[in-house]
Amino acid sequence: MRLLKLVPDNTNIHFLRWRVPFYLISLALIAASLTLVFTRGLNLGVDFVGGQQVQVTFTQSEEAPVAELRERIGSLGYGEPVIQRADGPNSVNIRFRLPPEVQEDPKASDAMTSQVTTTITNNFPGARIDDLSAVSGKVSGELFSTAMWALGLAMLAISVYIWVRFEWQFGVGALFALFHDVSLTLGMFALFQFEFDLKIVAAILTIIGYSLNDTIVVYDRIRENLKKYRKMPLPELLDLSVNETLARTVMTSLTLLLVLVSLLFIGPASLFGFTAAITLGIFVGTYSSIYMAAPILIWLGVTSHSFVPSESSGDVQPAA
Amino acid sequence: MLDFPRWRRIWLWSLTILAALAAIPSLVVHTGGSWPSQLPDPQVNLGLDLAGGSRILLEAQPTQVAKQRLDAMEESVRTAMRRAEPRIRAGSYSSAGGNLSFIVNDPADVDRARDLIEPMTTGAGLTGQRDWTIEVVDQNKLVLTQSEAGLKQAVDQAMDTATEVVRRRIDALGTREPTIIREGDDRISVEVPGLDNPQALKDLLGKTANLEFKLVDTTALQSDIQQGIAPPGSEIVPYDPNSPYAGQAIAVKRLGGIRGDMLTNAQQSNDQQTNEPIVNITFDSQGARKFADLTSQNVNKPFAIILDGKALSAPNINEPILGGTAQISGGFTVETANNLAISLRSGALPVDLTVIQQGTVGPELGADSISKGLLAMGVGAGLVILLMIVTYGRFGVYATIALVFNVLMLVGIMSIMKTTLTLPGLAGFVLTIGAAVDANVLIYERIREERKRGRKAFTSVENGYKEASRAIYDANITNFIAGVLLFMFGSGPVKGFAIVLIVGLFTSVFTGVTLTRMWVAQWLRKARPTDLAI
Repeated sequence: MRLLKLVPDNTNIHFLRWRVPFYLISLALIAASLTLVFTRGLNLGVDFVGGQQVQVTFTQSEEAPVAELRERIGSLGYGEPVIQRADGPNSVNIRFRLPPEVQEDPKASDAMTSQVTTTITNNFPGARIDDLSAVSGKVSGELFSTAMWALGLAMLAISVYIWVRFEWQFGVGALFALFHDVSLTLGMFALFQFEFDLKIVAAILTIIGYSLNDTIVVYDRIRENLKKYRKMPLPELLDLSVNETLARTVMTSLTLLLVLVSLLFIGPASLFGFTAAITLGIFVGTYSSIYMAAPILIWLGVTSHSFVPSESSGDVQPAA
Repeated sequence: MLDFPRWRRIWLWSLTILAALAAIPSLVVHTGGSWPSQLPDPQVNLGLDLAGGSRILLEAQPTQVAKQRLDAMEESVRTAMRRAEPRIRAGSYSSAGGNLSFIVNDPADVDRARDLIEPMTTGAGLTGQRDWTIEVVDQNKLVLTQSEAGLKQAVDQAMDTATEVVRRRIDALGTREPTIIREGDDRISVEVPGLDNPQALKDLLGKTANLEFKLVDTTALQSDIQQGIAPPGSEIVPYDPNSPYAGQAIAVKRLGGIRGDMLTNAQQSNDQQTNEPIVNITFDSQGARKFADLTSQNVNKPFAIILDGKALSAPNINEPILGGTAQISGGFTVETANNLAISLRSGALPVDLTVIQQGTVGPELGADSISKGLLAMGVGAGLVILLMIVTYGRFGVYATIALVFNVLMLVGIMSIMKTTLTLPGLAGFVLTIGAAVDANVLIYERIREERKRGRKAFTSVENGYKEASRAIYDANITNFIAGVLLFMFGSGPVKGFAIVLIVGLFTSVFTGVTLTRMWVAQWLRKARPTDLAI
């Protein structure tokens, strides 16, 4: 039996030849993403801004009476709801943000929830509430700040770990790669205005984990090669390390994509955003571990000294 | 590296099989089967987003507790001053501004007053602080301030009581297995599986059910009451919007009433004459005595029945009520009377609880999520297995068996730990399948490299496992860090995801690295291949 080899033997792609243009493009993308996040803003879900989300299935009709629903709920005086199709043609997702006057008052927001649900169940026979989530302004603020803390601390803690296990340059490189991944994912959410909620934060933390797997594998090989080939110029050594681990990178990304794609197309609809975010992140993360995490080591002045006791370092040229 | 003595093999296999066996009850039950009750049944709980049900998060206002303590302290101080021998004359009681102040008429009495109040305060917590501080200002004015530690302790106790009351009320509804947990300083989380309309629950918990009997101040002028002006020592209480006197108000004596929390029973019933729904209450012995005292001393005077600060009715005391039972009316429907009876039986909430977050998932959606999630898991796993086998041949088969054990062990360990599987957790399962083979890929690619460099079969495998393990452990530890932070900061369903991710890291390293190494080692020893198909 001939076994499959996704990456042919002796593959030698000069990834790092284009490091400067790629870095410039990536930096521009990071800048663009952050600008988008701060100007256009994220489309925060009810978890983070407060409000409510109701998924209703109209069991007695073929199609959801969207127009009537919009009118009935709109006339409650809480502003215009966002109504989208959910699982099937007779199922909709209704979203409300908390009006400013209700923002600070949990009692009022609870009353709003009760009013909306009774309006639906009283006026539409056969309406079944599948999913309801209501968050008052008080909780949403906390959820948002703890989510941001989790993201920030995770990036920091992981970088410190890498610093301890490798060298400070690697810690900085890993942090920068993670920063790249998180910025680009956020940028994507700001650009397309996909709903950004707690699950997406969980998705980003997952992306961080996977992207880091790639970075660690490449770094581990770089460290090994730095000890092995003391005199090889650093760019060449990085290329070698990336190429040597390329088969693994491709294979692992592929297995992850296989499960992600099956989740995307077969899995529960409510996990779509979450899965889509991770899928995107797999591409961004793989790219960043090759083009962000590796070249930065050249500019941060990594040499084979870094891992070898200093007495043997006399004959080694500093790289870059 | 490839040395596996018999004892080690036995130990590894028993660990694997034990953990995998623990998965069986969950798998049987959640796929529609039933599990014999005689056998041990560690099981994964399904989160509300999979099982269907409602969750509400309630929050109390600490300021309310502070006010109650202030009122209680005022009543105690007044009584103490009155009962002192000789009596201490004091006045100008004020509880504005969050502390209690009053003036002792004769400055010579100040020390005596202070000595009387001192024992009413207690130590709060381990800080050595008292729960109240007493100061003397301008020679004869005493100011009592609640210390922060004292207030914290009071809020803490109030929340403990509130959690217990919430539990009793929900139990009275007869719903199955609610989870009621105190969260943080001032919150209570309630989860009720299978409840698809939380309105009834919210109605029940929305009332504190603080029942009071207070004497009506008959000296108050109707015109003053309308303007909200109460005579000294009295307060204005509005009628309940459902009572026959809705919109009106009544003046009652602020102190000297009794609270309706000393009850042994409360039942919904109907008035014999009007057939109106009412609530019959039975006092315990202490309550009965106080109620008898109140009614005997005030025959032919009206007293108000007040629930949560709203007057229900104000009947006249025709004769002393000595039997320890009373009847409450006030424009109830059968349902509201029944709710009130439940609330009174389970005790008053010491604080108001406000719903600050709620969620409901219908059972249909939950079941749909499970079946779609499992299908996605099956398809995903199938594709991964296929890819692994066509890429790594025999080694791919080892990885596949490891993957199966990985899933079983993951379910088993989660069952033993009695963790909750949520919808994102289900996604975590699917992701773990995709990520778990990474360890195998790392090892196998390394073995390929070693072969390419011309190493012997045995040495290649040995080096493969050895050289790959550094990256595997580093990668898993960093993922562990991300997972722990997700667990610490995430809420509800996201926590469920973090648990699967974290447990999955351990099981996948165990199965993907340790178990496959054992199998590969056994094969190498037995078959002694000179070439490796990898």
